[in-house]
Amino acid sequence: MTQSHPRTLYEKIWDAHLVEALSDTLALIYVDLHLLNEVMSAQAFEGLRERNRPVRRPDRTLAVSDHNVPTDGDRSQPIADPESRLQVETLERHAAEFGIPYIPLASDDQGIVHVIGPELGLTVPGSVIVCGDSHTSTHGAFGALAFGIGTSEVEHVLATQCLTQRRSKTMLVRVSGSLREGVSAKDLILTIIARLGTNGATGHVIEYAGEAIRALDMASRMTVCNMSIEAGARAGLIAPDETTFAYLAGRRHAPKGAEWEAALADWRMMRSDPEAEFDAVVEIDANEVVPMTTWGTSPETAIPLKGAIPAAVDQHEVNQSKVMLDYMGLEPGQSLSALPIDVVFIGSCTNGRIEDLRAAADVIAGRNVAPGVRAMVVPGSGQVKRAAEAEGLDRIFIDAGFEWRDAGCSMCLGMNPDQLGPGQRCVSTSNRNFQGRQGPGGRTHLVSPRSAAASAIAGHLASAEFLK
Amino acid sequence: MKAFTCLTAIAAAYPEDNVDTDKIIPARFLKTISKAGLGAALFNDVRRTASGELRDDFVLNHSPWDRAGILVTGTNFGCGSSREHAPWALADFGIHCIIAASFADIFYNNCLKNGILPVTLDARDLSSVFEAARTPATASITVDLSQRRITIAGAVPISFEIDADAAAMLLEGQDEVTQSLLHEDAIRAFEKKSDLIMAWQPSTLPR
Repeated sequence: MTQSHPRTLYEKIWDAHLVEALSDTLALIYVDLHLLNEVMSAQAFEGLRERNRPVRRPDRTLAVSDHNVPTDGDRSQPIADPESRLQVETLERHAAEFGIPYIPLASDDQGIVHVIGPELGLTVPGSVIVCGDSHTSTHGAFGALAFGIGTSEVEHVLATQCLTQRRSKTMLVRVSGSLREGVSAKDLILTIIARLGTNGATGHVIEYAGEAIRALDMASRMTVCNMSIEAGARAGLIAPDETTFAYLAGRRHAPKGAEWEAALADWRMMRSDPEAEFDAVVEIDANEVVPMTTWGTSPETAIPLKGAIPAAVDQHEVNQSKVMLDYMGLEPGQSLSALPIDVVFIGSCTNGRIEDLRAAADVIAGRNVAPGVRAMVVPGSGQVKRAAEAEGLDRIFIDAGFEWRDAGCSMCLGMNPDQLGPGQRCVSTSNRNFQGRQGPGGRTHLVSPRSAAASAIAGHLASAEFLK
Repeated sequence: MKAFTCLTAIAAAYPEDNVDTDKIIPARFLKTISKAGLGAALFNDVRRTASGELRDDFVLNHSPWDRAGILVTGTNFGCGSSREHAPWALADFGIHCIIAASFADIFYNNCLKNGILPVTLDARDLSSVFEAARTPATASITVDLSQRRITIAGAVPISFEIDADAAAMLLEGQDEVTQSLLHEDAIRAFEKKSDLIMAWQPSTLPR
């Protein structure tokens, strides 16, 4: 590349993947890694078959089922629900027909696609990664440009390994200071979303930077990038550093030997130039971040867990928040911290990694789930589950009264048997509190793993501080 | 893909902000391997009661809006998941144009690939369209993409802007995959270069 002007990380990745400019604003860009799930792919393969088109790069494509998958029972047996079974078996059949690597349900490697990509060493800095799922932004934690696509685009990538894209605007979210003890990356990203609003970053790719971001481990960086889409950004990015390289070293699909050395040399260049200009800059002070939750049916309704539901400022806001408050069974000005709960869900592509389970177990150890609360832990992958069991985390959860389940998207979205009933109130480490997201009529409060654990013990919304 | 040129249809007012794709079509209806028939599940949880009957308080359940071809709505329409089932459900119901204050990115793109025209208007023009849509006598409006114009009976026509590439794609009903495959030489040249300078890119093949 010959550009001499200072470039952002996003611009560097874009330039390195430009196949051809199609117009002033559109370009064909190359995709390095295409992840497939069972929900967004069947109709794409059907499109290929109708026109007798092959998959261009099966060696850059990986398929796994996660959304529909029950999180209990024998995985060597077919799924009981006929529609879910058909969708999973259809992905399996398409993968075989088109020669795409597929991770079967019964495999130890199965898990949520955004957990296993990094785990297997497939998610690497400087690459373009897509998947038919909006939380593909997770992979941006490695300095990869990663974003969700629709089924038509899935078909496009399968056929061409490229995407027709419009260049995004760039936003820098600089997080200074350091997170206080007991405050997590989830609290940070909820704080950022509350600040930006649910469409505050629409049309932008966010780059997260600053000392508080540099101090985060990879799991925490993934939590932050994962929820970029909840502020409207299609992708979130964190420049790779020694933390990133240490995570990747030795992983199954990560480069080895001379290729690893060559990769490291390239990856160290994967950062925004000091003089690079962003279309927007947002400053956040990590020292001021506290344990957070949400009161409404949009992630932008995040407030401090100890706080009260804020008053609407104008008539439009009054109308919009009334719909949310009625659905959530809450009143304006109400405090959330004593709110009784029915269900606690720890898991998802946001918070289903081993570090998340350790944080929750640390709060739970030696305590019991409050009577009447259903509490469940769903590891993000088979590998996470086995690692947790090797550390004895499963015993801590089970002894406390938690359900210890198998990997999958589970109660993050109502597509498998793990669902809320109407009116049930759930404290959840997932990413969306939309109406009916966790099951028709279900009410969701988004929190960190530590706060979810504390709430399960307390029987009401609580941060870990409450238990001390 | 079916082209979009000009549409005269009933416009339905749905004045909500941040309508997410879980609201447009809840996840449990995504367990299909077909694009067809999703219109029945459109807005299911706000359009129907728990037992499946049509709710009295939802705009698409009342004549003439039960035949709506245009939806008029607020900011950030289609936020949330990347499910293309959302535009499939809208199109299957008969809605081929959405007029809003703003759209979420992935949803906007998914509309273009399904012959659905997303129109963004400023607050003043949007309120004129809302007003027309609320009255059966004026609810039938015309959206002309080639003229970039919305016509309401008895009112001054409203102009709108849209990205030239997006408009061309809709007007011509282009199949994007076919278009991109025309660039085979450029793709192959990129791969040759990339195999050299990004030789470290991981393969997904079992190891």
